[in-house]
Amino acid sequence: MSLKQEFELLRRVPIFAEVEPAKLKLLAFMSERVAFDPGKRLMRQGDLGDAAYLIIDGHADVIAETPGGPVVLATLGPNEIVGEMAILGNVPRTATVCAKDRLITLRISREPFMRMVREFPNVAISIMQELAQRLESTNNQLRTAVAEVNRLRETSGIAA
Amino acid sequence: MKGTTLEGTAALATPADGALQPPRAAVRLFPGPRRRATAPPVETPPEAQAGDPNALEPTIYRFILKHSLTHQLLLLLLTLISFPVLYFSLALPKTIINHAIGGRQFPQTIFGFNLDQISYLLILCGVFLVLVFINGAFKYFINTFKGRLGERMLRRLRFQLYHRMLRFPLAQFSRTSSAQIIPMVTSECESLGGFIGDAFATPAFQGGTLLTIVFFMFMQDPVLGAAAVALYPLQGYLIPKLQRKVNQLGRRRVRTIREVADRLQESASGIVDIHSNDSVKLQLSSFAYLLGTIYDIRFEIYQRKFFIKFLNNFIAQLTPFFFYSIGGYLVIRGNLSFGALVAVLAAYKDLASPWKELLDFYQTKEDSRIKYEQIVEQFQPPGMLDARLQLAEPEKLPPLTGEITVANLSLAEDDSSRILDGVSFTVPINQHIAVVGQSGSGKNELALLLARLIQPTSGRITIGGLEIATLPEAVIGRRIGYVDAAPYLFAGTLRDNLLFALRHIPLRPAEYRGTLAKRRTRQLYEARRSGNLDLDVHADWLDYAGAGVADGKALSQRVTEVLACVDLEEAVYSMGLRWRLDPEAHPEAAARLLEARRALAAGLIEHGIGNLVETYDPERFNLNASVAENLLFGTPIGPAFDFEALAENTYVLDVLTRVGLLDDLVAAGARVAETMIELFAGLPSDHDFFEQFSFISADNLPQFVAIMGRIGKGGTAALSKPDRAKLLSLPFKLIPARHRLDVVDQSMQQRLIEARRAFRTDLPPRVRQQIEFFDPQRYNAAASVQDNILFGKIAYGEAEAPVRIPALLANVVDALSLRQTVIEVGLDYNVGPGGSRLSLAQRQKAAIARAVLKRPALLILNEATSALDGPAQSRVSEGLKQEFAGRGMIWVLHRAGLARNFDRILVFSNGKLEEQGSLSDLEDKGSLISLLMAAE
Repeated sequence: MSLKQEFELLRRVPIFAEVEPAKLKLLAFMSERVAFDPGKRLMRQGDLGDAAYLIIDGHADVIAETPGGPVVLATLGPNEIVGEMAILGNVPRTATVCAKDRLITLRISREPFMRMVREFPNVAISIMQELAQRLESTNNQLRTAVAEVNRLRETSGIAA
Repeated sequence: MKGTTLEGTAALATPADGALQPPRAAVRLFPGPRRRATAPPVETPPEAQAGDPNALEPTIYRFILKHSLTHQLLLLLLTLISFPVLYFSLALPKTIINHAIGGRQFPQTIFGFNLDQISYLLILCGVFLVLVFINGAFKYFINTFKGRLGERMLRRLRFQLYHRMLRFPLAQFSRTSSAQIIPMVTSECESLGGFIGDAFATPAFQGGTLLTIVFFMFMQDPVLGAAAVALYPLQGYLIPKLQRKVNQLGRRRVRTIREVADRLQESASGIVDIHSNDSVKLQLSSFAYLLGTIYDIRFEIYQRKFFIKFLNNFIAQLTPFFFYSIGGYLVIRGNLSFGALVAVLAAYKDLASPWKELLDFYQTKEDSRIKYEQIVEQFQPPGMLDARLQLAEPEKLPPLTGEITVANLSLAEDDSSRILDGVSFTVPINQHIAVVGQSGSGKNELALLLARLIQPTSGRITIGGLEIATLPEAVIGRRIGYVDAAPYLFAGTLRDNLLFALRHIPLRPAEYRGTLAKRRTRQLYEARRSGNLDLDVHADWLDYAGAGVADGKALSQRVTEVLACVDLEEAVYSMGLRWRLDPEAHPEAAARLLEARRALAAGLIEHGIGNLVETYDPERFNLNASVAENLLFGTPIGPAFDFEALAENTYVLDVLTRVGLLDDLVAAGARVAETMIELFAGLPSDHDFFEQFSFISADNLPQFVAIMGRIGKGGTAALSKPDRAKLLSLPFKLIPARHRLDVVDQSMQQRLIEARRAFRTDLPPRVRQQIEFFDPQRYNAAASVQDNILFGKIAYGEAEAPVRIPALLANVVDALSLRQTVIEVGLDYNVGPGGSRLSLAQRQKAAIARAVLKRPALLILNEATSALDGPAQSRVSEGLKQEFAGRGMIWVLHRAGLARNFDRILVFSNGKLEEQGSLSDLEDKGSLISLLMAAE
């Protein structure tokens, strides 16, 4: 797997889709390949994160640490990115991620990523557009969900 | 030094009758004039400046007379003996002209021989030649004598100045910067040596020569003689007058130059603050202003100096006017022989030189006088420590037991504000005492006073009945440990810095044989001639007994123990892993580290983590090492195979050509260049991504763009040699597993291994010492301890590697009991000037370790752990508490909260001791200590 292939993978990640190729290749070059053995943890819920991981090969479990014990929320496979919110904003990890089998990732560190966002407005704009779309879809989901809640309330006769 | 025995200890001379007080047992080898050695020791208190036998003489002539009177007299005598010869060599030309050439009565009879005119002339000329030779020989001998005398006196002066600097009261170092002291001892002194040799001999010689010549002239003709010297009184009057102003300017110049030195040091020390406050322009301007001042002074000096010269020359040229007119008149009138006029003219030619020399001497003398006085005034601060207290070497060190009594101790700053005011207390010396107070409470000064680093304004401190003001440094510096908040480490190894506290006096003499012994005898003789201390720096000064151990091996263990006590052991262990071991000096340790290499390899397999380290295999390409490392398969030692210049090394190019790799590597370089240009061309040239990530620096990027353009036109084959070298340098830096550029394929890797073999087999003998090859069976002296054990590269991209490999390494080291060995290597770590390569916390710990190592009866810590974090602070506190069980510790704390666990607490406020007792005694509402603790 070479830099070129990593670049192709990055390009398919929605938040990077619109970033101009040269900058994205640079980001790939500045990132490092990190491999995890099965069961090893990539990140822990609640920790402050400093990197996102693009899965190149293998699978990872996304786990919520609940009072009732860990719950696997999703399993991610190649071409998927995990932990990207941590490099966009200073937010704690929302879930724990562990390697399910031998996992090969591209580790994108916050520091070079933020430098690129800061210094190349085009990168920032394309990421902003992607985030706006996410927000839009989240809003839509929320709207649908609220409507659904109201509908359920009405049908079950509970007063608002 | 290993071969020396303890026998030497007995030979150490301590002529005192065992009594410690008064400290008169000054080190025997500190020589003065011989007669003083037999004089009874002077027993004046240290304050008595006037009685100080080491006081500097106020003027340079007093200094000269005191230390070199006999030599100066000898020089004078020699000079006087040379005059008759000079006189005859002057008188002879007249005899030659008047009697041999112009004479009529031949043959002449000399010593019974009848000589005709020619033989007579030749004999006289021969005598003249002999006289010239004798005259020259005298000059040669006198000059060498003067040179030696001057150098000895210079050596003496420098030594005295340095010794005085070591006796300065601490406050002097905050008044005068070292930048001012350095040029005084180095460059400003330099010219004084030359002058000292000349001080009497030159005026005597040149003056005598002058007088001889003048006398000779008067003998020929009084009128001519008078004419020759007629203008001297005028010059003698005018020149000093003019010179005086030049002297003043010279003084100002010296002061201003010192300011320049000061400014340079300030700027170097304050460089961060200059940058961070955008002060460069102000600094440059004020420096320029200083330079301008120097320029003005120098210009004025030149003007005046050259005016003096002009005046001299003019007056000197006036004299021949008298000669030709008066002399000519006398010859024409027949009152003077022609020969006499020629001889007088010849003599007058000779007169110019001594006269000029005399005037020059006068200028040098004035210059030296001023310099000496300016230097000396800087080296006489009030309150210097008595030299005898520093050099005294008591036969037996008193044990310091009993009580510390501080009586009515006061310290005033410049006779006004009181820093400490009437402090009195008595504590057993073996208690652990915390001293707390706000900053400015006087607590820090108390620590300095207890260690006798400063002198109180009034009051006294006694320890076990001994007044510390009268104790020699030999007692204070060995029985009391003192550690400051900003301790100083000396450039050199960490070990040397720790053992610093155990080197007080040579204990086991070095052995000298043959020529070395002769050289040492000569060195000793010269040192004594110059009044220098002549203890042998090459002897073994290590005081094992002082550290409580029997030999070097036990000392090593003790050092490790102490490092653990001050929480520094782990750090030194890490330093040892990163530092290099010399396998020739420590073959056993090297063998054991090779064992560790094998154990680590086994451990990797055992734990199933073999993929985390890619071991160096002569037959395999290492994906986690750079292409250059793969090719050399060794650590470069000298510059020949420096990785940066590898692409220009003809031998390397030759090897690559032979295995058919050169063109492929250049092509690979072109691909790397292409990628780098694509990735980095859009970045501003000062962007730090270049530094961090790029193979090509921002400055070189345009060159590579041009090279790529040329490749586009004619392919790589058409490139010039330098272009190819530039491209070749790129893949050399490539680490395939890390950079993922896919330019070194399987076939190239295979050929690189062939190249590796060829490189090693055909290596020319002249560069064989420039590289240490990776050899599974050999310890690599050029690589760090850690690299020797790993014998490979930690794999890139394995999440587990950074945790598991160091852990495995530590396991292996412990299992083979190599920790001590690694720590020994760590102790060889060079701490850099002022210990700058250690953090402040590490420096503080090292300084405490240094003080602990000498096993003082009392350890004084003056906020000595202020840079330590909480856990480290408690580890050090606990370690010291145990180490000093039964011995005394006075700890001036930077935070009152740390005062728990002490036997007694002294609470200071505004220079007064407000509370004392145990914490339980003091800990009630409203007490000062409670307030201080609550405020944190």
